[in-house]
Amino acid sequence: MTIGIPELFLVVLIGPSGSGKSTFARKHFKPTEVLSSDFCRGLVSDNENDQTATNDAFAVLHFVAGKRLASGRLVVIDATNVQSESRKPLVQLARDYHAIPVAVVLNIPEKVCYERNAGRTDRSFGPHVIRQQARQMHRSLKTLRREGFRHVFVLDSIEDMDAAVIERKPLWNNRKEDHGPFDVIGDVHGCYEELEKLLAQLGYEKQPVDGGATVWRHPAGRKAVFLGDIFDRGPRVLDTYRLVRDMVAAGSALCVPGNHDVKLLRKLGGKNVQITHGLERTLAEVEAVPEVERATLQEGMRTFIDGLISHYVLDDGKLVVAHAGMREELQGRGSAKVREFALYGETTGETDEFGLPVRCDWAAEYRGKAMVIYGHTPTPEAEWVNRTINIDTGCVFGGKLTALRYPERELVSVPAAHTYCEPAKPFIPEGGQAPALSAQQALDDVLDIEDVIGKRIIPTRLHHTVTIREENAAAALEVMSRFAANPKWLIYLPPTMSPCETTGLPGLLEHPAEAFAHFRNQGIPRTVCEQKHMGSRAVVVVCRNEDAARKRFGVAGEGIGACYTRTGRHFFPEKGHAVQGEFLGRIQKALTASGLWEEFKTDWFCLDCELMPWSAKAQALLEQQYAAVGAAARAALPEVVAALEQAAARSEGGAGLLESFRKRAEMAAQYVRAYQEYCWPVKSVTDLKLAPFHIMASDSGVHIDRDHVWHMETLARLCHTDEELLLATPYKVVDVTDEASQAEGIRWWEELTGRGGEGMVVKPFDFVARGTKGLVQPAVKCRGKEYLRIIYGPEYDATENLERLRSRGLSGKRSLALREFALGIEALERFVRHEPLRRVHECVFGVLALESEPVDPRL
Amino acid sequence: MLLIITTTRRPATNLGWLLHKHPGKCQSFELPFGKAHVCYPEATEERCTAALILDIDPVGLVRIQGGPSGQNWSLEQYVNDRPYVASSFLSVAISRVFGTAISGICKGKQEVADAALPLQVKLAAVPCRGGEAFLRALFEPLGYTVAAHRHTLDEKFPEWGESSYYTVELAGTVRLSDLLSHLYVLIPVLDDDKHYWVGEAEVEKLLRHGEGWLADHPAKEQIARRYLMHRHNLTREALARLADEDAPDPEAEVRSRAREEEEVEKTLNLNEQRLGAVLAALRASGARRVLDLGCGEGKLLQSLVKDKSITEVVGLDASVRALEIAQRRLKLDRLAPAVRERLKLLHGALTYRDKRLAGFDAAAVVEVIEHLDPPRLAAFERMLFEFAKPATVVLTTPNIEYNAKFENMPAGKLRHKDHRFEWTRAEFRAWAEGVAGRFGYSVRFLPVGTEDPTLGAPTQMAVFSRS
Repeated sequence: MTIGIPELFLVVLIGPSGSGKSTFARKHFKPTEVLSSDFCRGLVSDNENDQTATNDAFAVLHFVAGKRLASGRLVVIDATNVQSESRKPLVQLARDYHAIPVAVVLNIPEKVCYERNAGRTDRSFGPHVIRQQARQMHRSLKTLRREGFRHVFVLDSIEDMDAAVIERKPLWNNRKEDHGPFDVIGDVHGCYEELEKLLAQLGYEKQPVDGGATVWRHPAGRKAVFLGDIFDRGPRVLDTYRLVRDMVAAGSALCVPGNHDVKLLRKLGGKNVQITHGLERTLAEVEAVPEVERATLQEGMRTFIDGLISHYVLDDGKLVVAHAGMREELQGRGSAKVREFALYGETTGETDEFGLPVRCDWAAEYRGKAMVIYGHTPTPEAEWVNRTINIDTGCVFGGKLTALRYPERELVSVPAAHTYCEPAKPFIPEGGQAPALSAQQALDDVLDIEDVIGKRIIPTRLHHTVTIREENAAAALEVMSRFAANPKWLIYLPPTMSPCETTGLPGLLEHPAEAFAHFRNQGIPRTVCEQKHMGSRAVVVVCRNEDAARKRFGVAGEGIGACYTRTGRHFFPEKGHAVQGEFLGRIQKALTASGLWEEFKTDWFCLDCELMPWSAKAQALLEQQYAAVGAAARAALPEVVAALEQAAARSEGGAGLLESFRKRAEMAAQYVRAYQEYCWPVKSVTDLKLAPFHIMASDSGVHIDRDHVWHMETLARLCHTDEELLLATPYKVVDVTDEASQAEGIRWWEELTGRGGEGMVVKPFDFVARGTKGLVQPAVKCRGKEYLRIIYGPEYDATENLERLRSRGLSGKRSLALREFALGIEALERFVRHEPLRRVHECVFGVLALESEPVDPRL
Repeated sequence: MLLIITTTRRPATNLGWLLHKHPGKCQSFELPFGKAHVCYPEATEERCTAALILDIDPVGLVRIQGGPSGQNWSLEQYVNDRPYVASSFLSVAISRVFGTAISGICKGKQEVADAALPLQVKLAAVPCRGGEAFLRALFEPLGYTVAAHRHTLDEKFPEWGESSYYTVELAGTVRLSDLLSHLYVLIPVLDDDKHYWVGEAEVEKLLRHGEGWLADHPAKEQIARRYLMHRHNLTREALARLADEDAPDPEAEVRSRAREEEEVEKTLNLNEQRLGAVLAALRASGARRVLDLGCGEGKLLQSLVKDKSITEVVGLDASVRALEIAQRRLKLDRLAPAVRERLKLLHGALTYRDKRLAGFDAAAVVEVIEHLDPPRLAAFERMLFEFAKPATVVLTTPNIEYNAKFENMPAGKLRHKDHRFEWTRAEFRAWAEGVAGRFGYSVRFLPVGTEDPTLGAPTQMAVFSRS
């Protein structure tokens, strides 16, 4: 006997002890597919035959079986299963996970069972036990189907058992090997004219077939996919049916059933159904067919509809099509519930003011990886929500007939020639105005906490997966929810930057030679050195106008953009909103003047910048820490020096001390001068300076495919249009394999830092560079001698201090920089791909989490 | 970092004897955090000056494992004022380097050690958290004349204002050992920080060095509190033991208790009234399962969990730190399982949709919304009224009109640094009615606290009911 077992089945072996279940299971299934009650008894009690452990053993068995079914794996239950009450939970389990329960009964003569058991030393029950089990099994044979087993296979002898072959086959809805490309077409409802137009527009052609008939085919082999509701309501139902039927038969189309189609099938099968919602039109057309042909026609319709599969999983699982959509956990499964969902979706059980059932918004909750294309509910425009799209644009109600080209994700529509039918509920909003935000944007107004908290593993294109620990996510939640800007603006956060290795040159901690060596040692030949501005890192998102902000970012009433810090906080606090408006307005004007909107064919830009002065954002830090330390040092050190001077004049042994404290006093003065460089009062926007250094993204993409010289040059053009506010960053290209070029780079650094500059940032020539050890640091900073006083304290360059500071660990910071870089870029790429905000936010939140001190969220 | 002591009692060079350090030399001493140097800028019959210079290793502070850890000042910072100021580091140096002098022992010249001498002191730089007034309040009762010079933060930027650092000069006629004890205790009190962990032993130190003067000091509560790093139990213990040593003055005790009550009542009143009003509104709704959104340290949770008619209480806050305090305050790990099961704390945020919050009868949102940026209110509204949608929402927020009644509040200022806005009654009403209309609730308003006829009550409360 051949036992056909499609994937996703729960196989329940039934037979008394000694009937050979374990042997049978071993022969036909992988060891991990078989769950044996004996094994589970052993797991919980150390004794496979301990009957007192039975309840616990089955709890374990059901738990493991559930986990396997949830992840779509076959399960074979190896237990006697001779009583209906022991099978009941297994059938329920299969239902819970939308798998199909199958019974395989090993109906072996009692004598054989008993003999086998007698030969075993670990089992001591007498023949009466087996007799009873065999009796229970025989009684079960009649009820198995009623209990819910979809297939029952009975093996009546040892010969049957030995001859049995298990054949594994994919489920009917599994067409993963079919890669299309596809043209998925929404609810046609007999709109034949529009369908022909649409097919033609999609490039399909009418081709002759045998017998003078024609069928629509695509010359390039594309396949149409009909989302059901072929019948009812429209003007030419039967023509539509024939067209679709012929395409399916010819292999140029797939079709899934809709609720109307299935209702028609029941009518054709003689069931008593209500003749409403357009069924009357179909029936009228059938009635109009000459009587001689009518029976054949009806039989053909029955066969066609009955043969339709509830939904399809296509293209390696990346595409799912169903009439009313499909939740992730139901995709590719087979159960009554799956079919139900495919046809009708889910409803809350309530009805709205038009008497229509209120639908559950499964798409809003959708988190699956597969794209789901569906129809069923007419909507004025097809809109993406969480990788799902409803393309029923109500052609029969006077809307349009829409197709989605896959994988291109292009929408193609043909307007309805007439309104063939009045919808119960007007599906085009009154006044014909589109809503302010798209469905996705409205959904994105509130993010779900489940998408950010807990341990998270985020795959990135640039740098494998990035793991965010629960403790870090918890810390980031507070910052994000209490201080950060509207998440819709936060499409990028910049990575941290590590310094170069320390130098051994006297009196110095950092020097460009080490930065050059860093890249050279990883096989990177060219670098771009950019002057490092001492301000605060700022991300500027700016749109062409408020309309663009609403359309692209889904933000209304918050101006044309945002300027935020490394931790996502508004640069200009709420009260300074007018300042932000003026500031962004200047940038917007500069973008216009430099022609960059047109050049990039975009209405928005995301720029990575430094905003100066440092004191603009760091005022509190300056007052509490930097200036305070300077004030304390200047208050104390001169007094010490004075005391030591007096003492040295009259006693022995104080001279060395005096010298050392004089030096310290001088260092303190240098420290104060160092930070003063980066401070100036800000009274209005004109006192600010913004130095953009990366054009991170625009509508034309994420610009990490362009090298840093391109970024510098393009931004210089922008900056020159408003030199009062914008500062073009000086840079130099350094060939790190060339001594003269490096010497030039070093000389430039000395000049910059000699003037009190912070130093420079050395980047690989290409934005994303891969070296001998994989992804290379996106940037390494090399800071000047005086500037470092602000970092390591006023006296860091005293010999005994410098010596110790030279040993510093960089690997932690560098690994962090790479992970944050990858996440930041991932966020932008997801945004540019128009993914739901939660997918962008996940990455941005991840950067913030990596930057946060972990807190223990377990309470 | 610098302590200078001068005496003019002839022969002034006796100071060298008292300090046990030779006036002709410059000496250095190793300390765990660096060095201390002692030298004499002048040493004549008429006038002798000793200088104690603290030489803290700035890199060592950060780099040495298991090193000191301050509270107000993170010592993990390279850019740090500790090397330049008079702080608990200086106290340690005084006790190590001038140990004999502070104990009041002087071999051979005990009569000098026992005598009150004319002494002058200069300290640089002293971080005075509390300003010159506090500095005077500490030293003047001990008989010193005080001169203080405050340093500006940065001369180039006068608009940044003054720093908290002073150069301090004291003059008085006291025993040297008393002077050193005063400095030992009061320097870290001025700084309001310590570079080491403060435990039981610190109470002993305070009482030992405070013997004979602290019990009578009018600022003894503040001194004890700051010296013991605001740890209530330690402060209580120290003050109790100080009072024991004292001749009991029952009247004074009653006076101080009355003052305390007044203090407490001022804050108690509004807070307590607000919680009471919220509780009353929740009870009136008949809610059995209650959310406290933005529960903070759990004041409301405490009352909710005591109410037997409420079967489930969930407190949510964005701050893990606040939740930890709530957990401690509610003694969660010590509650009986039956009580424990009724109460749950969740870490979450008010701007994210959260399935864990669905299906409750009521939510309390007490003094929370004013901590949200106005543009984020929309997310909060949907999260609460559209997704969690409890039958009742009790929400309070300050009434900005009432701020005029707070005496020490400058006009235009909000009640808390983190308040992003405060609303007038009309603004609150408009917002609440808008929310109620959009999400299918009805709303009523109640004043909380004593109502002013024109300005209204200090706190405004809205009670939303789902229609």
